[in-house]
Amino acid sequence: MGLSWSAINEGDAIPPLKKKPGVTQLVQYSAGSGDFNPLHHDFQFPQSKQLGSIIVHGRFKYAALGELVSNWLGHAGRITKISCQYRGMDFPDREFVCRGTVTRKWEENGEKRVAIEVWTESEEGKKTTPGEAVVVLRS
Amino acid sequence: MAKEFELTDEMRSAIGNESPAWTYEVTTTSVRAFARGVGYTDPVYYDVDAAKRAGYRSLPAPPTYLGTPIFIPGRSHDIFTVPTEGQPSAKHGLKGLLDGGTETDYFGDICAGDTLSVVNRLENLDVRESQALGKMLITTQKTTFTNQDGKVVAIQTGQAIYY
Repeated sequence: MGLSWSAINEGDAIPPLKKKPGVTQLVQYSAGSGDFNPLHHDFQFPQSKQLGSIIVHGRFKYAALGELVSNWLGHAGRITKISCQYRGMDFPDREFVCRGTVTRKWEENGEKRVAIEVWTESEEGKKTTPGEAVVVLRS
Repeated sequence: MAKEFELTDEMRSAIGNESPAWTYEVTTTSVRAFARGVGYTDPVYYDVDAAKRAGYRSLPAPPTYLGTPIFIPGRSHDIFTVPTEGQPSAKHGLKGLLDGGTETDYFGDICAGDTLSVVNRLENLDVRESQALGKMLITTQKTTFTNQDGKVVAIQTGQAIYY
């Protein structure tokens, strides 16, 4: 299938993924993940009132970075590592873009590996969730 | 927000403590619910035939999804679904909580039908200071996911920030 290790180069940008989760999407994520922290669905929750809004789950952004890598990989390999740090808040109905750049391509123990720097970028251009992924390509 | 906060020997003594094992299930329904929650449109996470054509045993767990802990009222956390029994933690009294970061290392595939045995270990405690939040306690938890065949399929390391 599609993606092959030989066609990937260090410095390549992977296709970006736009996300604009509304309240309904966040509720669906809460149900799917089991994280029912009211900060992500209840505007009357004290911490939401303090911030002026509910906020997008950090883990939703982490999962969206996973979707970014999964869409690019197209099941032509597997993810062996994915990480991120939660550096800034994102709010519902605001677009953020998941992006990635290939930082390293190498072979180890006979495996064809690629490392990608990934991050989410808010409308203001802030990298709110920087991270890294490592994938192994089948061919 | 804490102006002063220091690690005590009592807090440090919790480092290295492990929870009892708890069961996390990966099912076709739970994979679809997670994929839908993230907003995936890739049929491989919804349609078992599409998953098999892509080379999986059944619906694969989307990246960052490591199963759903079995929920039992009174034994599971009301808000976060995770088990509450015997979880390693340090008594610190700080009320604010933020997620700091998450790293997942995969050592095998995880698909619908898998049952994972999950152990959580308190790996480290650290104190840092920020202008916005004052003194913060950073806890590092390492969670190990072992499948029904006894294979460790994933280790997730997470930082929580208490302030």
